Amino acid sequence: MFLIYKDLICSYVCGAALRPQLYSNLRSSVALWGCRLLRDSLDRTTLLQPWLSGAAGQCAGPARSWSRAVSNKVLGCDWTPVWTACVGPGPAGAGRGRPRRPCRPRGVPVTWAPLSRGPAGHVARLSQLRVTWLRPEPGGPQSAERAESGRAGFGCGAPGGARSVGLRWLTMRDAQGEGRAPVLQFTNCRILRGRALLREDLWVRGGRILDPEKLFFEERRMADEQRDCGGCILAPGFIDVQINGGFGVDFSQATEDVGSGVALVAQRILSHGVTSFCPTLVTSPPEVYHKVLPQIPVKSGGPHGAGVLGVHLEGPFISREKRGAHPEAHLRSFEANAFHDVLATYGPLDNVRIVTLAPELGRSHEVIQALTARGICVSLGHSVADLQAAEEAVQSGATFITHLFNAMLPFHHRDPGIVGLLTSDRLPPGRHIFYGMIADGTHTNPAALRIAHRAHPQGLVLVTDAVPALGLGNGRHTLGQQEVEVDGLTAYVAGTKTLSGSIAPMDVCVRHFLQATGCSVELALEAASLHPAQLLGLEKHKGTLDFGADADFVVLDDSLHVRATYISGELVWQAEEARQ
Amino acid sequence: MKLIILDHYSQASEWAAKYIRNRIIQFNPGPDQYFTLGLPTGLPRDHPESYHSFMWNNFFKHIDICPENTHILDGNAPDLQAECDAFEEKIKAAGGIELFVGGIGPDGHIAFNEPGSSLVSRTRVKTLAMDTILANARFFDGDLTKVPTMALTVGVGTLMDAREVMILITGAHKAFALYKAIEEGVSHMWTVSAFQQHPRTVFVCDEDATLELKVKTVKYFKGLMLVHNKLVDPLYSIKEKETENNQSPEKPYGD
Repeated sequence: MFLIYKDLICSYVCGAALRPQLYSNLRSSVALWGCRLLRDSLDRTTLLQPWLSGAAGQCAGPARSWSRAVSNKVLGCDWTPVWTACVGPGPAGAGRGRPRRPCRPRGVPVTWAPLSRGPAGHVARLSQLRVTWLRPEPGGPQSAERAESGRAGFGCGAPGGARSVGLRWLTMRDAQGEGRAPVLQFTNCRILRGRALLREDLWVRGGRILDPEKLFFEERRMADEQRDCGGCILAPGFIDVQINGGFGVDFSQATEDVGSGVALVAQRILSHGVTSFCPTLVTSPPEVYHKVLPQIPVKSGGPHGAGVLGVHLEGPFISREKRGAHPEAHLRSFEANAFHDVLATYGPLDNVRIVTLAPELGRSHEVIQALTARGICVSLGHSVADLQAAEEAVQSGATFITHLFNAMLPFHHRDPGIVGLLTSDRLPPGRHIFYGMIADGTHTNPAALRIAHRAHPQGLVLVTDAVPALGLGNGRHTLGQQEVEVDGLTAYVAGTKTLSGSIAPMDVCVRHFLQATGCSVELALEAASLHPAQLLGLEKHKGTLDFGADADFVVLDDSLHVRATYISGELVWQAEEARQ
Repeated sequence: MKLIILDHYSQASEWAAKYIRNRIIQFNPGPDQYFTLGLPTGLPRDHPESYHSFMWNNFFKHIDICPENTHILDGNAPDLQAECDAFEEKIKAAGGIELFVGGIGPDGHIAFNEPGSSLVSRTRVKTLAMDTILANARFFDGDLTKVPTMALTVGVGTLMDAREVMILITGAHKAFALYKAIEEGVSHMWTVSAFQQHPRTVFVCDEDATLELKVKTVKYFKGLMLVHNKLVDPLYSIKEKETENNQSPEKPYGD
């Protein structure tokens, strides 16, 4: 019975193509009728193919309006018809008076955008036309991708989620999964989701976390690959917003090839579980900024290394008394020209993500507002500001405190200083302050860490503030102008007991934080992943394992040692034992 | 009818699970399809209380079932009756239901077949009784207006066509319904009583659910537990199916 319809419909369309005015009234109703018959069987994704002779240009008009009529009346107004045409040698005896144009290679599909007048006239010797109706998806652009089935001839699968009706019967094999990225399922694990460790599987597709329930019920698909995680914890990848260098590389050094230094660090910190970071530049002369900043672009992570979220500029607009290890000669202020001074010092701010400054400097409010307006996160640090100055800075837009307790006035019960922001009631409503802490056991006494954590647990951001001696192993090393002696997790200026910066990797910081505060594992992991993402406004994509987020995560054992690191669902680092 | 009485809810669940496991092994699953009987209530699919979410979170996500082999009635289909008819067709196409597992309501309904439902009904749209709406209100934060009032349900007749039926009844609030189901006659006011006319039924319940039964009934069936427990003895594993020695000649025990 269907064969009769086939020929009927075929001839109608062919006829319509050739003499549209004769069939203009009938064709749409017949085609609609045929389509209603097809609609119930569209689950089997049957496909009709017209064999049209002649140029596509003649049939393009009526074919398009037919497809639109189908979508409007049969399937629903918001289904989008997308035509694909395959060129190749047409049926014998084809060609009706159109000049022969050079053909595209056989099987290369040409996608016509719906409702466009575009390439119709340029396709000669059309062999097949296929129309696919795309179900309206919440994410519009993605449905357009699915139209590209990319293959000519029989047995082509319509991409899942689309309903395809051409003009000749062809029963296709079940087309689920074709044209889509493979689905990975990580089983036998606990994932950090919704502030809790859940005994769930993690599903990943196309570098993003996937909702398995939708996959199951809407696409009726199972995972293409399952990976057993051996009962480990899957946490979002750590984000380090303050790291000055490592493995002998100093980000603040103006070499010709800063990029390779950043890449080296990016690659080596994968083993610490860090999947995104902000390279930090300490106080430097403007020439250094002008030279170095353009060489550190924002970059996504991958097998080559962790992603660069943007540069953190610590200084030079900081307080003289609290400069710490920053060189005094290069400190500056912006009293003269406010934001213009900032631009003059740093150069273009395209790659900048965070700026640390001291709010007690004159005209800091204008600068903070200007920076915040550009989407740059402003942080308070290396400052002698009192609580009121700090609160005003937060009201102007500052959201972060650089390494709490270090390089600021100590907490005083009548003037808490910047530390008082943790419990201030003068912050803009609905916002809370984030603060970085170096939890290596040396830079902050564990008791101070606990005080800060208990006062404001949701704002704690674990940072490493690592110096180039990170990862260099015990012994004496020469870094730039300095001789540094590394002993375990502390680095001293050689021959002295002066701390020379922190060299604790991020996963060590997380473990120490967990042990020192006695907080839950979930909170410790969030302090290294979710809170920095919230600080930078990236919590939809990074720092979380919610559906739709980037699949950057680490596999940790129960003692929070990193076993493997994944970026965009791809394994980028694995521990030695796991490799065997 | 086999009435299995266990001490606690957890024991009843475990017994039921073992029984299902054994039945699956005996069924020798191959390319045969399985069926999930869904009872949606017109909620959107991703609503946390929709049947899809329930089945996903409590069943599908823990097992490796192919999505094609799950069939849940879609309460949002444009033509509900056609949806129900198609469901019946799919059941027939799959070879009929081998084992139906369900619970009952305090009013003795099976699968939303409220009191007064025909005992030969098929899959259809059903209005829910006030009792059921009240019982389900807990899933909707106690707000009665949010509970859907209509449901698609498999009919009693559809379930009677199943080759075996297992009903799980736990809790004191179901005790009266169990009494009506077992010790009184077949009545469309207590639709689960229709299974008295089914050749192979298993009722699994806990002590609390037997509170309305006669002591005589309870003692009789508890005395049979020795035999009934053989039904849940571990059978050979499917993996060892190839070795003929392990093959147990056990047939399902009949009444």
